[in-house]
Amino acid sequence: MRSIPALDNRLRIRGLEVLYGGAAAVDGIDIDAVPGEIVAIVGESGAGKSSVGAALLDLVDPPGEWRASEMTLDGVPIDYKRTHVRGRDISVIFQDPQTALNPLFTVESQLVHMVRHHLGLSQAEAKRRAVEMLDEVGIADPETRVRAYPHQFSGGMRQRVVIALALACRPRLVIADEPTSALDVSVRAQILELIRSICRDRGMACLLITHDMGAVAAISDRAVVMRHGKAVETAPTGQLLAAPTAPYSRTLIAAVPPVDRKIDRFALPDTGAVVSDPSLERWLRANETDAAAVPLAVTGLGKTFGARGFLKRGTPVHALKDVSFEIGRGEIFGLVGESGSGKSTLAQIAAGLLKPDQGEVRLLGKPFSAATPDRALRRYRDGMQMVFQDPFSSLNRRMSVLDTIMEPMHGVPRAEALRLVPALLERVGLPPDVMTRKPHAFSGGQRQRIAIARALAGRPSLLICDEPTSALDVSIQAQILNLLKDLRDDLGLSMLFITHDLPVVRQMCDRVGVLHRGSLVELGATEAVFESPRADYTRALLSYLPHLPELQPAS
Amino acid sequence: MLPFLIRRLGQAFLVVLTVGLLSFLMFRFVGDPVVSMSREDATVAEREALRESLGLNDPVPVQFATFIGRAVQGDFGISYRNQRPVSDLIAERLPATLELVFAATVLALAIGIPLGVVTALRPRGALSNIVQGVSLVGVSTPTFVTGIMLILLFAVTLRWLPSFGRGETVDLGWWSTGFLSASGWRAIFLPALTLALFQMTLIMRLVRAEMIEILQSDYIRFARARGLPDRSIHYRLALKNALMPVLTITGMQIGGLIAFAIVTESVFQWPGMGLLFIQAVQFVDVPVMAAYLMFVGLVFVALNAAVDVTYALVDPRLRVRG
Amino acid sequence: MSGVASPSAPAGLMGQFLASPKAMISAAVALLLILSAGFAPLIAPHDPFALGTFNLMDSELPPVWAEGGDPRFLLGTDTQGRDVLSAILYGMRVSLIVGFAAVALSAGIGTLLGLLAGFRGGWLDAVLMRFADVILSFPTILIALLVSGIARGVLPDARQGDYAIYVLILAIAINEWTQYARTVRGQTMVEASLDYVKAARISGLANGRILGRHILPNVLSPVIVIATINLGLAVLAEATLSFLGVGMPVTQPSLGTLIRIGNENLFSGVWWVVVFPAATLVMLVLSVNLFGDWLRDALNPRLG
Repeated sequence: MRSIPALDNRLRIRGLEVLYGGAAAVDGIDIDAVPGEIVAIVGESGAGKSSVGAALLDLVDPPGEWRASEMTLDGVPIDYKRTHVRGRDISVIFQDPQTALNPLFTVESQLVHMVRHHLGLSQAEAKRRAVEMLDEVGIADPETRVRAYPHQFSGGMRQRVVIALALACRPRLVIADEPTSALDVSVRAQILELIRSICRDRGMACLLITHDMGAVAAISDRAVVMRHGKAVETAPTGQLLAAPTAPYSRTLIAAVPPVDRKIDRFALPDTGAVVSDPSLERWLRANETDAAAVPLAVTGLGKTFGARGFLKRGTPVHALKDVSFEIGRGEIFGLVGESGSGKSTLAQIAAGLLKPDQGEVRLLGKPFSAATPDRALRRYRDGMQMVFQDPFSSLNRRMSVLDTIMEPMHGVPRAEALRLVPALLERVGLPPDVMTRKPHAFSGGQRQRIAIARALAGRPSLLICDEPTSALDVSIQAQILNLLKDLRDDLGLSMLFITHDLPVVRQMCDRVGVLHRGSLVELGATEAVFESPRADYTRALLSYLPHLPELQPAS
Repeated sequence: MLPFLIRRLGQAFLVVLTVGLLSFLMFRFVGDPVVSMSREDATVAEREALRESLGLNDPVPVQFATFIGRAVQGDFGISYRNQRPVSDLIAERLPATLELVFAATVLALAIGIPLGVVTALRPRGALSNIVQGVSLVGVSTPTFVTGIMLILLFAVTLRWLPSFGRGETVDLGWWSTGFLSASGWRAIFLPALTLALFQMTLIMRLVRAEMIEILQSDYIRFARARGLPDRSIHYRLALKNALMPVLTITGMQIGGLIAFAIVTESVFQWPGMGLLFIQAVQFVDVPVMAAYLMFVGLVFVALNAAVDVTYALVDPRLRVRG
Repeated sequence: MSGVASPSAPAGLMGQFLASPKAMISAAVALLLILSAGFAPLIAPHDPFALGTFNLMDSELPPVWAEGGDPRFLLGTDTQGRDVLSAILYGMRVSLIVGFAAVALSAGIGTLLGLLAGFRGGWLDAVLMRFADVILSFPTILIALLVSGIARGVLPDARQGDYAIYVLILAIAINEWTQYARTVRGQTMVEASLDYVKAARISGLANGRILGRHILPNVLSPVIVIATINLGLAVLAEATLSFLGVGMPVTQPSLGTLIRIGNENLFSGVWWVVVFPAATLVMLVLSVNLFGDWLRDALNPRLG
């Protein structure tokens, strides 16, 4: 790690505050960056990290306001009243390439507009610069592509265009606000590498605002950990990841699932022992079905979308092609793939929500195929429950927690349900007195616990988890993952665990299947797959993942 | 692009056919054409002869085919009330209505778009508040009340402008226009303003809503973060995006204006198709009603198609496939 | 663990109402007008239908504050000597009956069809929505006039006056159901795609129960908002049709009919016969619209 002499500072911020009404979103933060350095501002949602970026661009939305006791760029105080500060001196890379580009203008016209305004280039020079920029961010055939519209680029390429726009005037500081959160893992690695190399080559300082510890590990030199608007720790990245000093940094880093080793449970501060009521355990286990039946067996499953109907010409999409696997009793089976790999389609089919075109699913011995009549579906779904990705859409906002959890309890007298629901809530780590409240009173993590309690109330043998933690902050994810593991151990649940997140798979699953464009390219025991992947695709996926140093025990 | 056009053409054809069927059903089954068309003292034999000559004894599908076939040639039968060919009546009234609609559209766009932009850029300004207040009263006031109040003020009290008719028209052979005489201009002002007011509010609110939404979009925030000046963000970037839906709505609303002209024409005794239609409804003059319906249906389909094609030409997302 | 309160909790609706002068004033004015229309027989100073009590001596009297006004007739009299204020109260009653009935009919039919189309999908959805498209692509006024014209051709001449009110209600409702149907359909499709509906299905709930217990309560707030806004529109549509002479007959005048009658005498300077009914109409629609506007912002539903 390099030392940072104060005189060389490109960016120096002291006592930055961002206020919304009376509340401070950012509460006195100091940040330094030298040329070529990438400083990560890392934190969970609500930490105030995005407000830091907004303040640096003087784009805090009213009625919010910001102030700082000192804010200099190369030793000169930043004066936002001067016209060319934003865009020429300080620029920004936005998060979502799908929405960051104006759809009605060509890439060339957006680039030319930008450099002509800030640098006063002639039309011809500006056009040349536009092509150069596209070339620099790695877009092939820039002379032709420059005349394309944003929608003609794929997601990753579009993010490159966003970077080209941000850097077209060669700014001295760039703020990258979650630049890879909307991208797939393979594209993510490339974009991060691009940012890294441009900063090095140009000596440009970069503030990387992110919640992703992987991105921090991959490219940042130093990191500022934020919580509740304050910087709890600022340290060189390697040092922070291996030996964080602040308790919050330690919790945060301990909650990040590592890709290169398996840990039993995430080391979290004690959130209160889970209370297990023996009579609840008895009730949950009383539904034990035929012990010999395989929880889930999938054979030759195929599903095709599109290309049907009059005048609807589109290429058919093979969402699933000849997928087969089995889940054993008490096993957590992971199904992993990028977006569009067909993993969610498979979850829907296994849950009996979508009919397959080819092949068959057997849930506890009950078959489901294209030929299964709709009326047989209710019986098919018996013994299975599901936990969904988005805890905000998986609970009916007008129904109380009690009614929500009671819904899958068929034939349970109300008096008994009123005894079981509080016990279930305690089992998933929620206080039992929240029964009468509606979903809006809960945070995302709490809602996910309610959804798990509802799933348990159906006394399932098989639990399908469709990206159960990808909408959650990393520390909440760790809590939910620990809870799911406990439930498997205590109740002998079998699980189909669907995710895009390889490190999570390594921590959670006994066996894993890798889906790529609808086909199962790899299937095996988790440790074997991670240690010696057979498929090229799996190997490539694993290579994109940054390795975090092992967390040293607290001193 | 081609499948899109084929699908749009298919839809248009379907709408025209539906409207045609509706017109036909009305023509055939609302009242008895024979009773309406023969003299009071006609004998049973005379009526039967008329029935036969009108083809009313043929099977209904054959009658429908004949009806459509004639309509395609511009033959909509004879008006029960005026005893003249319906197509003549419409041709005579068409210029008055189209000129009124044209004037109203120009007025609505010329005032509505700037007001929408201004109120979006300064949502808390004094002008915004006034415009918002007036437009709320505007949408709550029926067209005919606006018209009556304008007449009361400008024609009855101040006596500045005429309250009815088209003024002096100049016959160009195939078209009679009021735009070539001073009295024509004076006569069209109040009706055009009355007809335009509602569209004006609509366009203003639409532009305002679109602008406000677009100004909060990611790509405008990104443009701002890149330090582009407000002037070019507002007028060069955002306005172009905001005007896309205005194109659609204006196109569709021109058809609406033709129909809304019914009320305006009625208030100002403007000798257009709307007045013809409302008299037809009052006297159950079915051939005129049916023809008017067909006409408005065709105008709608044509405008819709025009809007779609323009949209496809203007919006790169539709023009070029990525 | 701390709870997160949502800003638009339904319990806060009353609080929002009490905090908004716009909402309270518009609701008060609307309520006052609706009540005075409802109690017209009790509060109207004269009976506008008792032709025998009219005196031609009293005809064309200006409002009481103008020169020649008569204290018996607060807002003056018409050409027949009818009290304008009483005529307005009774006329508003007719306008509101048509408005409420049209809204109830269109909201009921539209919501039901929208739920079915959105939940079932398939051919039912396709047919209903194409039908709604055709209706929506024609201006309200044209369709209403056609319905009215057809009714005139089909119904016996002698009974037209009796049927006029039903024809009007139908003519208005036939336009407006589409808006409920489209919005409810869209919202139903959104709700049905949400994971809680999948969870309910996995838990073994039948379709009918899912519709009634989960989806219907979640699509009702846009229906309420549209109904409020459409009450204003329905009253306007009624007034327009009556003004054009194809709505309520002179024997049973609505506000629109009164304005039509008044308009015929506009040039003789009898302005009060047209201005007061018109002002009442605008006030009624404006207050309902303002309240609807506020309600839309307060409930903030997605409107299609």
